[in-house]
Amino acid sequence: MTDRQHVLLIEDEPNIIEAIRFLLARDGWHVSTHGEGRGAVEAVRQRAPDVVILDVMLPDRSGYDILSDLKSDPALARLPVLMLTARGQSKEREMALRMGADLFMTKPFSNAEMLEAVRGLVRPRSETP
Amino acid sequence: MSAPGDPPFLERRSYRRRRLSDAARALPIFGTVLFMLPVLWAAGPGGTTARSGLYLFGCWFVLIVIAAALSRPLTRIAEAARDDKDDAR
Amino acid sequence: MPAFDVILIACILYATFLFAVAFAAERLAARGRARWLRGGAVYTLSLSIYCTAWTFYGAVGYAARSGLEFVTIYLGPTLVLIGWWGLLRKLVRVGRAQRITSVADLISSRFGKSNLLGGLVTLLAVFATTPYIALQLQSVTLSFAVFAAEDGMAPELDALGFWVAAGLAVFAVLFGTRRLDANERHDGIVAAIATEAIVKLVAFIAVGVFVVFIVAGGPTQTFAAIDASPIAAWELRPGRWAGLTFLAAAAFICLPRMFQVLVVENSDERHLAIASWAFPLYLFAMSAFTVPIAAVGLARLPADSNPDLYVLSLPLAENQDGLALLAFLGGFSSATSMVIVAAIALATMISNHVVMPIWLRSGPSGAFVSGDVRNVALSARRISIVGILGLGYLYFRLSGGGEALASIGLISFAGIAQVLPAMIGGLFWRGATRVGAAAGLTLGLAIWVWTLFLPSFAGGLPEIVMTEGPFGAGWLRPEALFGIAGIDPILHTLCWSLLLNTGALVLLSLVTFPSPIERLQGAAMVNVFRTGPGARGWQPTHVEAEDLLVMAQRILGPAEAQAVFRAEAMRQGKLGYLPNPSQEFLERLERELAGSVGGATAHAMLGQMTGGGAVSVEELMRVADETAQIMEYSARLETQSRELARTAAQLREANEKLTRLSVQKDAFLGQISHELRTPMTSIRSFSEILRDGGMGDADRARFAGVIHDEALRLTRLLDDLLDLSVLESGQVSLRMAEEQLGAILDRAIQACDGGGPVRIERRGALDTVLVTDGDRLAQVFINLVMNCRKYALVAEPHLRITARRDGEMVEIDFVDNGPGIPTGEQEMMFEKFARGGDSRAAGGAGLGLAICREIMTRLGGTISYLPGQGGAAFRLRVPRALGHLRAAE
Repeated sequence: MTDRQHVLLIEDEPNIIEAIRFLLARDGWHVSTHGEGRGAVEAVRQRAPDVVILDVMLPDRSGYDILSDLKSDPALARLPVLMLTARGQSKEREMALRMGADLFMTKPFSNAEMLEAVRGLVRPRSETP
Repeated sequence: MSAPGDPPFLERRSYRRRRLSDAARALPIFGTVLFMLPVLWAAGPGGTTARSGLYLFGCWFVLIVIAAALSRPLTRIAEAARDDKDDAR
Repeated sequence: MPAFDVILIACILYATFLFAVAFAAERLAARGRARWLRGGAVYTLSLSIYCTAWTFYGAVGYAARSGLEFVTIYLGPTLVLIGWWGLLRKLVRVGRAQRITSVADLISSRFGKSNLLGGLVTLLAVFATTPYIALQLQSVTLSFAVFAAEDGMAPELDALGFWVAAGLAVFAVLFGTRRLDANERHDGIVAAIATEAIVKLVAFIAVGVFVVFIVAGGPTQTFAAIDASPIAAWELRPGRWAGLTFLAAAAFICLPRMFQVLVVENSDERHLAIASWAFPLYLFAMSAFTVPIAAVGLARLPADSNPDLYVLSLPLAENQDGLALLAFLGGFSSATSMVIVAAIALATMISNHVVMPIWLRSGPSGAFVSGDVRNVALSARRISIVGILGLGYLYFRLSGGGEALASIGLISFAGIAQVLPAMIGGLFWRGATRVGAAAGLTLGLAIWVWTLFLPSFAGGLPEIVMTEGPFGAGWLRPEALFGIAGIDPILHTLCWSLLLNTGALVLLSLVTFPSPIERLQGAAMVNVFRTGPGARGWQPTHVEAEDLLVMAQRILGPAEAQAVFRAEAMRQGKLGYLPNPSQEFLERLERELAGSVGGATAHAMLGQMTGGGAVSVEELMRVADETAQIMEYSARLETQSRELARTAAQLREANEKLTRLSVQKDAFLGQISHELRTPMTSIRSFSEILRDGGMGDADRARFAGVIHDEALRLTRLLDDLLDLSVLESGQVSLRMAEEQLGAILDRAIQACDGGGPVRIERRGALDTVLVTDGDRLAQVFINLVMNCRKYALVAEPHLRITARRDGEMVEIDFVDNGPGIPTGEQEMMFEKFARGGDSRAAGGAGLGLAICREIMTRLGGTISYLPGQGGAAFRLRVPRALGHLRAAE
């Protein structure tokens, strides 16, 4: 294991994956990806990331379903989750936050915002003893 | 479907239809009797082939003419019956 | 004296002419231009296969031996026809309502679609018809021999018989088994038979006129000649006179070939009214000259010449070669038309009642096994035709021709008349049951075989059995059953067999209890004029309409099956090809299938698919209670409720669709947003990265490439959206031009790199010239090909494009071998953003099919999903000339 912080990105658009990976890697993060809804929860369990970035519109399974699975697992419930969506309707934001997402961002995002958000999510945990 | 004003006409028509179809049913019975009549005389001296033949072919032809006369009205009855049924459906 | 070769050549020319007539008729019928082919005149003429070579040649011989008795053979059918209103009309109506394919099918359908009865009647028919076919072969070969003998030649008669049989088999196979028609009608055959009917009538009358007016010198002299001849005194035998009249009447409706032309080939009940007088007139004309020819022949020809061939030998003796040739062709016609129709009718019976039931039972899962049922049925028929003619030829060889065959006509009649009690009982008495019918038929068949069929050929039964009875049981002597001797053999058989046959039918029907289907069928047939077609035989089940379509396609053929399903869906107020598998529809479908494979088989196949349980208690109650039945057909209520139900179904469907549409509309904005924002995200992110700088050249180039690709994707999406909105608003302008369908397809396929990994096969009417907007049509084709590339994810993807002209329209089917589209998604797939399953695999915005639908609407056509084809299948219908249609509107 490296001592770098680990981000798991669950997203299906290859170009967006590439952009986020480049962005976070340049900022010193270890980035791993999972490209579909199936097996996403298992991937989280196995790889034990520090932050999860989760797309809402995955081809085979809704991001909300994955989120609710994560939140209902006691071992993962406190893992910070950043939801991404391209639909950008306000009811989506409410739904995501109600379901326990820590942060919600609409595509397209600015790179600075993304970095800020990920850093913000992980800091509180590293500060706790 | 007819207007409510003309039941007598309809009744008469349907009465005619029924009698016509009676005639159609009676024709083969009538024909059978005619064709079986030679049994009565053929054993006697008058029963020559030539004359009996004339009788048989004569009856035969009359039957054909009657059947031809009945054929067109009967077709109309059959069609009317089918139309009634189609209307009702 | 025409040389023997001349006769042979005339014969071959005549056969060729018949081929041409049959072929032309089929062509006309295929183009729908043969209404007169289906008219009353042709129908009447086709009935003339009743007059076989036996009557053409044999009637004169018969008259020379027994005077006027020959006329009974014509009087029976005359009485049946002039009485059409009572019996034949019912028979034809039942035949049409139940899609009856043969006399065996009628009996089988009436008694609960029983395979046992179908098989029994088939067996009986084969028994009774084989000798009759042999008789025809004999007539033809004998008439050849007359010419050959005068020519001083002795041709190999057996070989001649073989070639005649082979030629007839070819003709029957070619025109009788071309397709498995829903109604079993054969235009080509019927046209050829009608032609032959005219030829034999003209030939016989020509000989008659020649004999009466030229040989004898006029009617009066002919009259005198008859009075002077050995047959002047008529020794009428009352029993035979009545019995033979009855026998001929019975045979006329029971003979398989007569049933074929009378009932199966009937396309309109009105034709029966015409035939009711026209066919008796034909018979009248055919027999008017029989006695004069016999009398003159007896007086003028040498005593040793065969009276059965007077029709030929009289003109020959008077050196009238042309007339003799015409007479010969008349006899040839009589023989060939009978053999062809008899072979086809028997083959239908064998395939539907023997082969299909066995095939259905032997298959691992019956109706579900794959493969084309039509091929099985058609091959069975072809083989049966050849087999039947082979049997006829064998019988001809074995019996050695000669006198043994002369009486076979009446023997054959007596055999097939055993069907009569079951037929009449079934049509007029609801109480007749299957057990009764089977017992009656079996008993009748047994008595006929024992007392008439076996004794008919030399050595059929040992002498000791004939005189002493089997094992010394004198009361079983074939010609004196129960010890009553001295009756004419034909009458003896006729009386005992029909008496015991009918007795068994009535008695066993009274003591047995019919099965539900029997009772339903009984009610449907006996009350055919009151209740309209068909008994209610099916309960609504959970069978999938798509499974039914798959099965129906294999029996009826794809085009016909689809037409049936589409019509039914329309009747139910639904779009597309899949109606609800309602009780009504199952009945209708069963009748359609029965028209191709027979009632029993169709019922069994549907039974397998729907899980058997066919009749409910309520249905039975309904049938049993006759008063309820009358009340139930208070017809107008039914109409109204049916209309209401249809409207309700339409409303329900519209409502469901609206609800789904509103959900979709809601999702539409979200979709648009998603489709626009996704590429935008990559573009924004990478452009910020590029702006920040600090990466290598390779990275920079790659990132710029991504931005470029995503920008293109955005543009494409916007183009599609704009395209769709223009199409939807109707503001599109079409660029009409004349172009071949094939050329448009070529362009489209080229635009898709020839389909990529997909193997594309094109066939059908690609040469059709379309007047339409070729670019727009090509756009639809491209979409469908690309769809196949995206979704047909199998090892060897394969797309079959079939074009077919259909009146003013062209139908183009795109069928691939991929997984197809689930029934639930078929209806929504033409809506915007309705992408099948995996959105990334699609790579597009899900607008393709929506655009296709809009384009097809603009082009005056339709696009629909065609279920039940194995893979995904789309059907395009487009007018051949758009402008033309517009102008016509």
